[in-house]
Amino acid sequence: MNERLRSMASHRLFWPVAVLVVMLAVNTIYRPGFLAVEVNNGHLYGTPIDILRLSAPLILVGLGMTLVISTGGIDLSVGSICAISGAIACLHISQAPDQNSLVTVFTALAMALGAALVLGAWNGVLVSVIGIQPIIATLILMVAGRGLAQLVTEGQIITINSGPYRALGLGHLLTLPLAIFIALGAALLIAALTRRTALGMIIESVGGNREASRLAGIRSARMVFLVYVVSAACAAVAGFMMTANVSSADGNNAGLWVELDAILAVVIGGTSLAGGRFYLSGTILGALIIQTLTTTVYAMNISPQTALLFKAVVVIAVCLIQAPEFRAKLGRRRRGGPPSPSSAPQPQKEEVTA
Amino acid sequence: MRNMRMSLAPRRAVAALAAVLLAGGMAACGNSDTGTDGGGAGDDKIVMGFSQVGAESGWRTANTNSIKEAAAEAGIELKFDDAQQKQENQIKAIRNYIQQKVDVIAFSPVVESGWDTVLKEAKDAGIPVILTDRAVDSADKSLYKTFLGSDFVKEGRLSGEWLVENSKDATGDVNIVELQGTTGSAPANDRKKGFAEAIAADPKLKVIASQSGDFTRAGGKQVMEQFLKAHPKIDVLFAHNDDMGLGALEAITAAGKEPGKDITIITIDAVKDGMQALADGKFNFIAECSPLLGPQLMDLAKKIHAGEEVPPRIETEETTFTQEQAKEALPNRKY
Repeated sequence: MNERLRSMASHRLFWPVAVLVVMLAVNTIYRPGFLAVEVNNGHLYGTPIDILRLSAPLILVGLGMTLVISTGGIDLSVGSICAISGAIACLHISQAPDQNSLVTVFTALAMALGAALVLGAWNGVLVSVIGIQPIIATLILMVAGRGLAQLVTEGQIITINSGPYRALGLGHLLTLPLAIFIALGAALLIAALTRRTALGMIIESVGGNREASRLAGIRSARMVFLVYVVSAACAAVAGFMMTANVSSADGNNAGLWVELDAILAVVIGGTSLAGGRFYLSGTILGALIIQTLTTTVYAMNISPQTALLFKAVVVIAVCLIQAPEFRAKLGRRRRGGPPSPSSAPQPQKEEVTA
Repeated sequence: MRNMRMSLAPRRAVAALAAVLLAGGMAACGNSDTGTDGGGAGDDKIVMGFSQVGAESGWRTANTNSIKEAAAEAGIELKFDDAQQKQENQIKAIRNYIQQKVDVIAFSPVVESGWDTVLKEAKDAGIPVILTDRAVDSADKSLYKTFLGSDFVKEGRLSGEWLVENSKDATGDVNIVELQGTTGSAPANDRKKGFAEAIAADPKLKVIASQSGDFTRAGGKQVMEQFLKAHPKIDVLFAHNDDMGLGALEAITAAGKEPGKDITIITIDAVKDGMQALADGKFNFIAECSPLLGPQLMDLAKKIHAGEEVPPRIETEETTFTQEQAKEALPNRKY
């Protein structure tokens, strides 16, 4: 029994799940109805559904970010790409004679996605071909991209009234929000592409050691280029959801700081910022934890002045219990002896032997 | 190999960073409107140098247009600069205006602090300065002639007073939820303060929850969703701007309640989308925060140029709107 508990605790997803369960439990103690879900207008309605729906964009951005980070890179431009793609889509719809026409909406989505792919390719070229450090290369678009989004919206908030577009953020399928299925679909697609083929291992190999991978016959530069394009595509879809959620495109605020939340989700999920191994399921959990934390602040009505501190404390706690060394130290103190090697795995930077 | 890449990396990083900064600087230069050379010297036409914060919202765009139109109407030559949210751009623009010897300088400061040096330069050059929309926290009040802008406390107070007036007949507690602006920003602090002061007049009125929605629609919506779940009885929503109120509308509808009827909604700003919601009966009251201060600014410039004394603090001319007033005003709304 004790053995089984220990092996469960050493599973890499154990701690993120534990944190999520604790947060939900605290909320339920504070307000017993927190987890209640009821049927309203034929859809499920309740705080857990809100959390799932609102975390969908973050999950999408996080998935792309996971791939980028596993190659040893980082993509700071995702927030700006969300804003640009949302702005382009909303602008096109707002100028159409019939905003509810499916053709209009799909044209808008295709245009915006196309623009996002170009921006992702720009990031990819800067990093993989020109060799600029990822943090700097994507910083360019993070800063300039906000300006681009403003140019598209001309500094205004574009309000649209389009049923099909709105459905991306607020529509329902089988009583659940459509956004959840989109995020889930993207997760399954990326998981299938990376885990059912050698692609995932190749990406991890590039992150582990780009030069060794190249010498082993992997086209490292092409892999690096690819992950930035995928990241931009994920950000674009997330941008659609964000703007659809409020039926308006705000160049200034759509996706603001989402890059930082996405990086945090990836780290909480157990993927090392140094590159190498990546965990898509961990990132999804990380995104759920971040959204639950935000919702907790509102649900418990923690004052805005203390909310930032509260979030910081929780995030620090999550990161600490995720760190094997910290847990080992804590365990040693409690037990008064050296930790057994099995309870302290070292998932920092793992060498990939492909 | 790895080591070599590491040693190269910082240099590349610096080069890229330099490129970014350079691009930013160029954009700023390209934007500054140098206009005709010389300036007001020898000409009886007043020349005004204006440095705008940026173009971050519809409100700001309307503000810019109002100033440009009013200048043309008043026959004042306007040199306009967009600072793109950066203080250094603004300081640069003001120094340019000083060199060009304009007759009066006006600007909306991006941030509150750090203006003493450049304002001193303007004072030494004998050029009067007018602050618009936002204040500076300079201890030396002689560095600028006057501050023309909205009174955020008053906007909050007017909202609160309307609510007190309209809930006279209510029996039992009136539960209010508040959507605050960006935490720590002057409009959020002041509107909260003014509202709280006004509703203190009636003990029935109780703010049961107050959270920041960051002045955005998405923020307002997300917070309102949780308010609705945590508090079964919400009578009134007070949002610090229209956008948060508009976001909250969606959350209220999704919860199966009717905005404007089941929940009374009070907001501030009166931008076009907000006025539309008010005219449609979804909002109940808006206290205006007007960006159209151009005509007042031009009047002030003329007075100051003629050597007249002006009060150190001037409020923008603003009003409030009920649903009926919104229907009337909507067709002529500029922003």
